[in-house]
Amino acid sequence: MDREILIHAEHLQRDYGPIRAVHDVSFELAKGDVLGFLGPNGAGKSTTMQMLTGTLAPSAGTIRVRGVDLLDHPRRAKRELGYLPEQPPLYRELTVDEYLRYCARLRGVPGREVTAAVDRARARCGLNEVRRRLIANLSKGYQQRVGIAQAILHNPAVVILDEPTVGLDPIQIREIRGLIRELGEAHGIILSTHILPEVQGTCNRVQIIHRGRLVFSDSMQGLESHLQAQACIVAFRRPPEPAALERLPGVEAVSDLGEGRYRLRYGGDNPAEALAEAAVNGGWGLRELIPERRTLEQIFVELTSRDAAEEAA
Amino acid sequence: MIHIIAARELKTLFLSPLAWSILGVVQLLLAYLFLSQIDLFMTYAPQLAGRPNAPGVTDIVITPLLGNTGVILLLIAPLITMRALSEESRSRTLNLLMSSPVSMTEIVLGKYLGLLGFFLILLAMIGLMPLSLMTGTELDAGKLASGLLGLALLLAAFTAAGLFMSSLTDQPTVAAVSSFGLLLLLWIIDWAGNSGAEVSELFRYLSLVRHYESLLKGLFDSSDVVYYLLFILTFLALTVQRLDARRMPH
Repeated sequence: MDREILIHAEHLQRDYGPIRAVHDVSFELAKGDVLGFLGPNGAGKSTTMQMLTGTLAPSAGTIRVRGVDLLDHPRRAKRELGYLPEQPPLYRELTVDEYLRYCARLRGVPGREVTAAVDRARARCGLNEVRRRLIANLSKGYQQRVGIAQAILHNPAVVILDEPTVGLDPIQIREIRGLIRELGEAHGIILSTHILPEVQGTCNRVQIIHRGRLVFSDSMQGLESHLQAQACIVAFRRPPEPAALERLPGVEAVSDLGEGRYRLRYGGDNPAEALAEAAVNGGWGLRELIPERRTLEQIFVELTSRDAAEEAA
Repeated sequence: MIHIIAARELKTLFLSPLAWSILGVVQLLLAYLFLSQIDLFMTYAPQLAGRPNAPGVTDIVITPLLGNTGVILLLIAPLITMRALSEESRSRTLNLLMSSPVSMTEIVLGKYLGLLGFFLILLAMIGLMPLSLMTGTELDAGKLASGLLGLALLLAAFTAAGLFMSSLTDQPTVAAVSSFGLLLLLWIIDWAGNSGAEVSELFRYLSLVRHYESLLKGLFDSSDVVYYLLFILTFLALTVQRLDARRMPH
């Protein structure tokens, strides 16, 4: 399937004085993508997102939004962008309705369609019951939702959300994640977060940025294969000699975890089938057979700390 | 786009008690000055009646009133302009404007026109006072018009300078103090001449008050109008520049 490329970022770089916050970052975002942007604090996530939305100019590199260069034709390119910054840009002295109407006009929604656009965004973000309240009096979670409503008001092709679920309660987080997935069907979404399960729950692509460089970029399926570690944990009622386990085809190393538990590391095919057969034949009393999965967190820590080690060397 | 930002700015001003209290306080002060000026005129009117070319009610009441208004507004204007951009950058709402399909020039012009709208309301209220004299006497319409034009230009210049100062900082009070300082300096820059020393032509030209005074006297000189327009354009251009610089790598 030919997917429409919405954002095309090439060799982005941004300096703050002598500090290079973002270094040679390139990626694409297609329609239907929900791209999770991960990185430790200060890695350059927000800077990259600000560059994508035109609130910061890159020191080098190009950004095209639906083929329109953001730096040459900012007005046309920005029409296709919705942006929720880390701190939602709210006018506290306005009511939710007033604020959303203003945002709609600002984002170039024609006068006749403003009411419809505001109604739609408000309903989607569950703001109907607070529409006449002052933003200053809303709870943090509601303020965050107003921020999200503002980003999707004008039905932009690309929605960029910088830590959208900060400050929300678990139910709201579920709702917002649902909303993001729903939006992802018709739009392209870039989502920054440092909550790792959020990425696994909502995104279909992942990028990890560390010290201003992209250190990992893959689809969720690609990530899945990274997550499948080459090991499993087994437990027996009557444990055999470790040597017997080592003889199983594919098994490379066996480590004893005590109480009849072993970790089997293997290369190539999963030896689970052979293991089960051997266990039945040998009467070992197999109790557990758990394929060991690495978590996204482990990959994240691995990537970000490996880089730090390289830098130190 | 400009009018959307301008309308928002003006409405937001009136959402805070600051704008209302400024309108009230200015009106109160000027009403007092106006009445004392009328009192003065009533005292001297019999003596002036017989003389040829005697100063009329416009010269005795309106010209000094508008002159004093200029000074009072010099103190007040920074309070209105201080929040325009500093507050936006402090509450991070500038991001909203900058990520919207509007240019920096449109943002600055929108803000400027919104603030100017407030000062025009203020000006209209001030103008009502001399106009009320028309019920009892004849006014020199030319002088009044030239004086009000002068005041409008002066306010437009205050606003432009205040907006620029507001773009320099996140702190509204710092913006207010610095724009007040700048305006006062430009107000008194030709005072050196009063102490007898030679004042360079440049200082004389830069003085905000000199151009205002000639308009108050009813002398409509296009060079005075050009001075104010240049002043406004310079500060608006500086503000656009300043906002743009926030995006740029440095």
